[in-house]
Amino acid sequence: MRQAAALLAASLLLGCAQPRQDVVVHPAEQPPALLSEWGVVLATGNRLELNAGVIPYELNAPLFSDYALKLRAVWMPPGSHAEFDASREFSFPVGTIISKTFYYEKASDWAADRHAVVMTDRQHELPPAGSLLTDQYLLLETRLLVRYADGWRAYPYVWNAAQDDARLEIAGDVHALELVSATDRQSINYVVPDANQCSNCHTPDHSAGELRPLGPKAWQMNRSYAWWDDDLGQLQHWTAAGLLQGAPADLSAPAVTAEWRVKAYLDANCAHCHNPVGAADTSALHLNIEAPVDRHYGVCKTPVAVGRGSGDRPYDIYPGRPDDSILLYRMQHADPAIAMPELGRSAIHTEGVAMVRAWIAAMPGEC
Amino acid sequence: MKLFCRCIATASSVAEYRTGPIAVSNVRDYSFTINSPELSRVRNLSNSLILVLALVLSSACSKPSATDSANPAGEYQKLLQTQLIQAKPGDVIMIPEGGHPINRGLSLNVSGVTLRGAGMDKSILSFKGQLQGAEGLLVNASDFTIEDLAIEDTAGDGLKINEGRNIIIRRVRTEWTNGPDENNGAYGIYPVQIENLLLEESVAIGASDAGLYVGQSRNVVVRNNRAERNVAGIEIENTISADVYGNTATGNTGGILVFNMPDLPQPGHSTRVYKNIVSGNNTDNFGAEGTPVASVPAGSGIVINSNDLVEIFDNDIADNDTANIIVSSYYATGYQGTRELAAAYDPYPETIYIYNNRFSGGGSSPDGLDLKALKVAMFGLSGRIPDVLWDGYVNPDKLDANGKLKPEFGICVNNGAAEVLNADLPNGSDNIVVGDPQHRCEHEKLPAVVLTPPLG
Repeated sequence: MRQAAALLAASLLLGCAQPRQDVVVHPAEQPPALLSEWGVVLATGNRLELNAGVIPYELNAPLFSDYALKLRAVWMPPGSHAEFDASREFSFPVGTIISKTFYYEKASDWAADRHAVVMTDRQHELPPAGSLLTDQYLLLETRLLVRYADGWRAYPYVWNAAQDDARLEIAGDVHALELVSATDRQSINYVVPDANQCSNCHTPDHSAGELRPLGPKAWQMNRSYAWWDDDLGQLQHWTAAGLLQGAPADLSAPAVTAEWRVKAYLDANCAHCHNPVGAADTSALHLNIEAPVDRHYGVCKTPVAVGRGSGDRPYDIYPGRPDDSILLYRMQHADPAIAMPELGRSAIHTEGVAMVRAWIAAMPGEC
Repeated sequence: MKLFCRCIATASSVAEYRTGPIAVSNVRDYSFTINSPELSRVRNLSNSLILVLALVLSSACSKPSATDSANPAGEYQKLLQTQLIQAKPGDVIMIPEGGHPINRGLSLNVSGVTLRGAGMDKSILSFKGQLQGAEGLLVNASDFTIEDLAIEDTAGDGLKINEGRNIIIRRVRTEWTNGPDENNGAYGIYPVQIENLLLEESVAIGASDAGLYVGQSRNVVVRNNRAERNVAGIEIENTISADVYGNTATGNTGGILVFNMPDLPQPGHSTRVYKNIVSGNNTDNFGAEGTPVASVPAGSGIVINSNDLVEIFDNDIADNDTANIIVSSYYATGYQGTRELAAAYDPYPETIYIYNNRFSGGGSSPDGLDLKALKVAMFGLSGRIPDVLWDGYVNPDKLDANGKLKPEFGICVNNGAAEVLNADLPNGSDNIVVGDPQHRCEHEKLPAVVLTPPLG
């Protein structure tokens, strides 16, 4: 019964709305100068909307990006679908466009300070109606990953001052922001990555050098999402809507323990490099979610090429002693010589630091 | 006692400092030994001093980060980024003469590209006030040549090349222009996981870790470079087959290091260090605690740690105040806690051959109170530590019937009057020995590294 309801909802969402323009998959070497030419994410009037057939999704453990809210969405050519994979990202058909739009809620003093935005530790909140009001939100960038026959390409688009379109900036951009919460203010340089930096993270197998999406994996996607207007899982919805094939019927949501939360967080923020075949395999520190919590996960592990990132601390993770743990030190700093991850973070994620701190503090053992 | 002087004040190392006097006894008949109650007293005093020092160091550790005043990076940065992003195999990207402010990390992901400036004092990429990026230029590519340019004042590493084949780095200067400073970036030139590497005629100044650092690589030539005022001048780590020759390492904390670190995919061996000038490497250690080089004593000429099959010959090694050559195991570094090392890791330096070097001076003012005390007690105020300082650790599984290390694994010194001092750390320095005849030996010489395909 619920499946049928989900299917009905999906068909309403996917099939009935008329696209205002076609989604266009441009040739890999000729990305258009304007985001609107893809027809995936559209700004009209004071609204940001996803085109019909563009499906937003949410992850269990999103990458921290300077408290930016993110609207993630995927479009697949009509009639095609993704294949489920239990361990790595789903296999998407040629022509897939994955988009991620980074934006902030404007702070109450926005009118006086055009850099002041809200610092809040939450995922994006796209209402089921599917649009964002741009007088309430500041749109910064939309990153596209497009699947071609020979692999994925990454294109960074930066939103203009008028907030009605975004321009391709393969060299990236820097945007000064003032992050404001009830208790804290952080001045940051929000950095839009250049196209190479996109691939430096989206290449989890560094030797293979193949660009890949990082988020749409089973453990990340296996959750409900309010956009679907019920509490069925996203994967069930995708399956029912014909967007995904091969998902087991009995998918249960991951058992969310405190340790699972930490491991999911470290995977999302670190494991694109820190995995056994990643760019940071040079350090032999592996923070992928499948990895056991042992020396290679950092427990009593001495650093290799840490430089100033050591913070005068001896081990990556020192059980019971977060303030002697290098991993935490690198999360606590924004200086590019110290900060981890190396790309995509200019602010300090206070809530993430607190969670990892508590986990290390409660970890038994001695080095 | 530790050879490596700056130890982290962890619970275990503090406890160790409190263990009190170290007996110096067990006189052996075959060589010069020492049995001095005076030394013992000096050690007592020095142990408590070290504890205080270690605590001071550890409490003074968190410095504010360098301020990120945005530099006036502009159109040229965007042009260069775009050239790097859009590069095709076979492209030569020219860096024009002049100083070019850059405030974000650059990267190259395409193989077969050459990056060429007008000279390492003419084409300068200046990263002062860098906002983003853990290095100045990051290269994830093969068949790459970089030459005739400088990378200055990066927040983190200068030039990092991560995983590739057939790499040439030639006449590249990386420098922190303010001189030695703990807030400088870690590595100057940092190729890692490279197969077939030529690093030549380059200059590295002021790195807070290693100026020239070759990690986890294979088939490597490092020649005719200059490394000055870094913590480590040149470091070869977990690398198989490296020839290091014609270089000058001076004014660093340690001149040339050949290290093996644990838990990495590849243990290193087979390094030849020859025809280098390694002199006056006496700069105070300004590396961050916790980094492997932070415990290297100031005044170290050539340091072999936990690495095997290392040949040191025909070098001019002078005036390195702790010792001209140090040979040590992982156990002497103070890095290890109480947990077992991984079974696959070999912490012992083995099959080391030192011959035909020209030594002068050195060892007269060692860094670290233990070594100072040892020097004064054994060699007097005006004396010096012998040219080769060894911690004395040997693999217990590789002993002969007499309990001595099998000769094929030993340290051979065939170098005129140069002597080995065995600090006997495994036995609490009970039996410090100079001139043990076991070191009068030879090993088979290592073959020269042949770059295949040839580079250069």
